[in-house]
Amino acid sequence: MKLKPPSPSELGDRLRDTEVWKSIFRPGSIFRRGYKDTSRDRALATMNNVLYHLHPVKVKRHGLKLTYTFCLGGLSFFLFILLTITGIFLMFFYRPMADIGGAVAYADMQSIRTTVFFGDLVRNLHRWGAHLMVFSVTLHMARVFYTGAYKPPREFNWVVGVILLFLTLGLSFTGYLLPWDQLAIWAVTVGTSLGGYAPFISKQANFLLLGGVVVGPQTLLRWYVLHVLALPFVLVIFLAVHFWRIRKDGGISGPL
Amino acid sequence: MAREDTPLDQAVFDATLADQLAKGADKRVAEGRARSAAVRAYKAAHPEEGEAAPAPAAAAPAAPAAAAAPAAGAPAAAAAAVPAAAVAVAAPVTTPVRTAPLPTGNIPTPKKGADDKHRLLALVPPEGIQRVEREQGDRVNVWPHLLIEEFVAMLILTAGLLVFSTFLMAPLRQLANPNLTPNPSKAPWYFLGLQELLRYFHPMVAGIVIPTFILVVLAAVPYVDRNPSVKPGDRKIAISMFTVLFCFGATLTIIGCFFRGPGYNWIWPWAQGVFFDL
Repeated sequence: MKLKPPSPSELGDRLRDTEVWKSIFRPGSIFRRGYKDTSRDRALATMNNVLYHLHPVKVKRHGLKLTYTFCLGGLSFFLFILLTITGIFLMFFYRPMADIGGAVAYADMQSIRTTVFFGDLVRNLHRWGAHLMVFSVTLHMARVFYTGAYKPPREFNWVVGVILLFLTLGLSFTGYLLPWDQLAIWAVTVGTSLGGYAPFISKQANFLLLGGVVVGPQTLLRWYVLHVLALPFVLVIFLAVHFWRIRKDGGISGPL
Repeated sequence: MAREDTPLDQAVFDATLADQLAKGADKRVAEGRARSAAVRAYKAAHPEEGEAAPAPAAAAPAAPAAAAAPAAGAPAAAAAAVPAAAVAVAAPVTTPVRTAPLPTGNIPTPKKGADDKHRLLALVPPEGIQRVEREQGDRVNVWPHLLIEEFVAMLILTAGLLVFSTFLMAPLRQLANPNLTPNPSKAPWYFLGLQELLRYFHPMVAGIVIPTFILVVLAAVPYVDRNPSVKPGDRKIAISMFTVLFCFGATLTIIGCFFRGPGYNWIWPWAQGVFFDL
């Protein structure tokens, strides 16, 4: 009797019949054997997927229209993920230190650009992506306004959105200081002096924010922690509420 | 005792129902409140009936008779119920006290051989029920339609950003020097609208009052605009106000970015060049 080696498709079927494979992909997954393109399996594909936290099984048809959402909210979220990934990469090569004579942060920036493999590309992605995120979140807000998507029952989600816009600006602004070049330090000096005239608390607030009376090494460390840990943490919590409320408030708004 | 044959004070029921409906309560809620008020009124007027409960044997024959009342002659059934009530009156009259077993501090242990199941029972007041009223509408499956669209959008964004980042270097100037102020010094672009305002207003106004005002007004938009329509034709005021403000902010930002040069003075970018870094 001659043994024939299994064909690739047979091998694939056998792999998808293993207990390990079936433990990873829940029933209805498109990667599971026996997925059929029926509406039952399409529904199961969503329902038995981690994306079910974000999306219901069905959405209103007009929500697919590109000119309704322009994908702006989704792309803002995607940019946040992209920025997290590139940001983690940059964290491996960056130390937020700028004491007199040291300026480790600036030296690290230079080595990211010159010696780190793909360092300049990742840094460019991070910076351009950050500017784009501020832009897309703003446009998302305009879209939501023009489609009247803040109307009941979605009032509170609009407020959460305003908080998210504010946090996005905060993340972008704190990140702006980190390269520790002339552009960074002076943009931040000008930016923080804008808020230096708050009644009663301006001095205390500025001292707390800058770790001193002017932008200095303490500011760098403070803003680094805010940028990589504190603000993203708060942002993720509000993002969770934002997404949860979209579904609780009946999915996408409209149609017009 | 079924809910329907709980004795109640009809006069109180009618009065409360009319009162609740006049107050604008939902019909079911109003009926529920009227019923509970009427039952309470009846019990207050007939305290002795609470005592009938400890004598189920006496009450039991009366209950089927009452249930059969609509079928048989109602007067006859009422007559049959009267002796039962009379028996109850004979018992000593004390105020009915509902007692729960005293807390023992012991965690109850399951009975031996008891089922390994439990039942959950929830009582929901009518006002606690959230009614969702919406038509099924024209809906499509998220997989594949929406997910593929989102995936393509992500791919396009990633590709565009990659190409952009490959050819356009992010700026990195000289090492920070607190003693050397560049001319001009500009905030990041999203604050340049505010920096532009600083040219026209006191810093307190441009830096504090206006940004705070913008944030508060933005957050308050859904509570101020109570127009329920989402049709652009019905929202001319809201849309024009937002558009004017948005364009105002965009104009200020663009001026701050491109039309301000050394000393933060006015320049024409095509003549004197661009003094702007992203």
